[in-house]
Amino acid sequence: MTTRDTPRLELTGITKRFPGVLANDHVGFAVQPGEIHALLGENGAGKSTLVKMIYGIMQPDAGEIRWNGQPITVTSPKAARRLGIGMVFQHFSLFEAMTVLENIALGMDAKIPARELEAKILDVMKHYGLKLEPRRIVSTLSVGERQRIEIVRALLLNPKLLIMDEPTSVLTPQEVDQLFVVLRKLAAEGCSILYISHKLHEIKALCDTATILRGGKLVDTCNPKVETSRSMAEKMIGGSLKDIQRQPGAQFGAEKLVISDLSIPAAGHFGTALKGISFAVHAGEIFGIAGVAGNGQNDLLLALSGEVLSARPEAVTVDGKPIGLHAAKARRLFGMATVPEERNGHAAVPVFSLADNAILTARDRLGLAKSGMIRAGAAWTYADEVIEAFAVKATGPQAMAESLSGGNLQKYIMGREILQKPAVLVVSQPTWGVDAGAAAAIHQALVDLAAKGSAIVVISQDLDELLALCDTLAVINEGRLSKPMQVAGADIEEIGLLMGGIHGDAQATAAAKEALAHAH
Amino acid sequence: MSIDFIIAAFITVVGLTTPILLAGLGELVVEKSGVLNLGVEGMMLIGAVCGFALTYTYGFDYPGIAPWGGILAAAAGGALSALLFGFLVLELNSNQVATGLALAIFGTGLSSLIGQGFTGMIITPFGSIFPDALATGRYTQVIFGYSPLVYFALAMVPAVHWFLNRTRAGLILRAVGENDLSAHSIGYSVKQVRYAAIAFGGAMAGIGGAYFSMVITPMWAEKMTAGRGWIALALVVFAGWRTGRLLAGAFFFGVLMTLELYAKASGFSLVPSEVWAAMPYLMTVVALTLISRRETAGGNAPACLGKPFLPTA
Repeated sequence: MTTRDTPRLELTGITKRFPGVLANDHVGFAVQPGEIHALLGENGAGKSTLVKMIYGIMQPDAGEIRWNGQPITVTSPKAARRLGIGMVFQHFSLFEAMTVLENIALGMDAKIPARELEAKILDVMKHYGLKLEPRRIVSTLSVGERQRIEIVRALLLNPKLLIMDEPTSVLTPQEVDQLFVVLRKLAAEGCSILYISHKLHEIKALCDTATILRGGKLVDTCNPKVETSRSMAEKMIGGSLKDIQRQPGAQFGAEKLVISDLSIPAAGHFGTALKGISFAVHAGEIFGIAGVAGNGQNDLLLALSGEVLSARPEAVTVDGKPIGLHAAKARRLFGMATVPEERNGHAAVPVFSLADNAILTARDRLGLAKSGMIRAGAAWTYADEVIEAFAVKATGPQAMAESLSGGNLQKYIMGREILQKPAVLVVSQPTWGVDAGAAAAIHQALVDLAAKGSAIVVISQDLDELLALCDTLAVINEGRLSKPMQVAGADIEEIGLLMGGIHGDAQATAAAKEALAHAH
Repeated sequence: MSIDFIIAAFITVVGLTTPILLAGLGELVVEKSGVLNLGVEGMMLIGAVCGFALTYTYGFDYPGIAPWGGILAAAAGGALSALLFGFLVLELNSNQVATGLALAIFGTGLSSLIGQGFTGMIITPFGSIFPDALATGRYTQVIFGYSPLVYFALAMVPAVHWFLNRTRAGLILRAVGENDLSAHSIGYSVKQVRYAAIAFGGAMAGIGGAYFSMVITPMWAEKMTAGRGWIALALVVFAGWRTGRLLAGAFFFGVLMTLELYAKASGFSLVPSEVWAAMPYLMTVVALTLISRRETAGGNAPACLGKPFLPTA
């Protein structure tokens, strides 16, 4: 690739203003044919607005878009697709009750008979190694498979530029690897890819160029292979990235949370049975639970929060008190707070205000309700306190939970639990879909809470996060928890193998290593 | 039970099945597009009075075509009143349930107003168009003895099924009902699709209403549809938004309503005839309860049913 080539896409001086915000301020960059170009920035940096203008969903107020050297106006997504611009959205625009085939047919502008379309789909899937069954109903598919539908849909149009909006935020590591194989193959065939993400290690692994946006402005265009993750993150947040601050040589206190031989049968079709889980977390300790999605993390969280009761009261004890038979409300009174993975609908009610959401978990510990009546003023003050303390970007305690961005809502939910000073805090995927700045703030808050003597359990699929954050680590696999190990001096390879489900069996380990080698 | 009795009963059942089948098919399409229009009863009444008024007015001068014109007028009346509903819920984002109920009440009132001059008048029933030998023959009447509307309703069952499941337009309509925001982001006009579906539902309800005023009792009376619009609504849920089951459900309700008529007419009844009269409505409640208890219920229900469409971009 030489710079003398006509860029596939070139933006100059793109400006877009919304009431009260300058979403894009004279942004310009170029994407070469066959280039994988990262668009990097925190939530609200203007990435989405920018690609919406490229894809014709919005029109820029000023600036020029050039396509293969020709200035163009993209009036609609349809026009974009005609030019050869495809887009895979972060939130899939799929129809759950319909088949894969019907979903793809809906995305096609040309009217193609179903049989012909199916043959074309099978062609594309075979060429790129994307596995899908055209007759399956979408609601029965995994997230990765759903994304493949979107990709196939885009690829059927033979795009010259494919926009991927945060494609990996919902994928398992294996699915990410598969996706990268497809994207590299596409790029090798000359298709340009505009890859939106804030996952720096992915961008380093995949992209040729990175354009970094901050607050609607272009900060830098750089080579991610040369930059470090840290330098890119600092450009992204516009300041130096704070490392997690720990008090050196802190000692753990007494055992706060003790789980002994916790077994719970699988709940429904998609649940995983928990089998004899035992661990103890001390005051001041952060205990990490690693594992590939779907190995019982969700079931464990429900068993800890009290949404699913244990068979014996001693299975779960907080400060020596057996609470295995207590439900969530009672467990909170014993000092056990939990933050589930799903923010909207589980941790918070999307259509409730932040103040009302505060009442939901803090009413007993903080007396936000008395004799059946809500103390609206107290709830308001508390919500305000959380917003202030955790720098939540919201219009105030009256803001609807659903109006907050993912990172801000997560900060609010974490803050709501942390300011209740729980004895034990259990969090699942605390930084899932959260930008780097918010993630750092959440990590620091967890460390600070531990320093004040709480016991913390972090369930996460992000091994890097657990290694940075936790004192102790265990791996969950098929509902069984491995022996806890000290994070300092932990063997990454061993953890990886435990995640794959080998329990110290030398022969099986060797076999797994071989299988891994073949897979790559 | 004589064969004649069975034939007569069957013909009655078919007659009573037709209006709820027509209105139900229309509502099925509306709901598949993600709109819940509870105003079926009102649209049926408007259709009933429009169809009657036109047929009565031109019936003497043009006896051959007036009933056909009446059907068109019924469809147009139903569609227009439905479009009023459509404007409120699609343009002004008013609550669909409340607006639908308002349409039901509005339709009742408006039809009474339009029908003021027509109360007590009688027209020639819009009956079979087949030769008398076939239409009134002892056995042939089972096939040929009905109003054209009956054949129309029956033909619409496979037609609607084919449209929804085999055509691209039907696919888009279901997509809009399944996920309006996605359909919008792909580039389909959610509003246009819904307007079209709502108008179709109104036309079908209007024709269903006209069946009362032009075929069953060829005269106009206030509230003559007697709550069948509500049964049509229940029928759609009962059928699980499937056309085949809608036909079966409509026939089942037709049987129940026929039982009521026979109980009244013969004086023979184990229970007071009011119980039979209440039966379709009771069965509606029972059907809805059973359906909502079943875990798989609503598996075919459009995901966006009754929700306002509020695109963000």
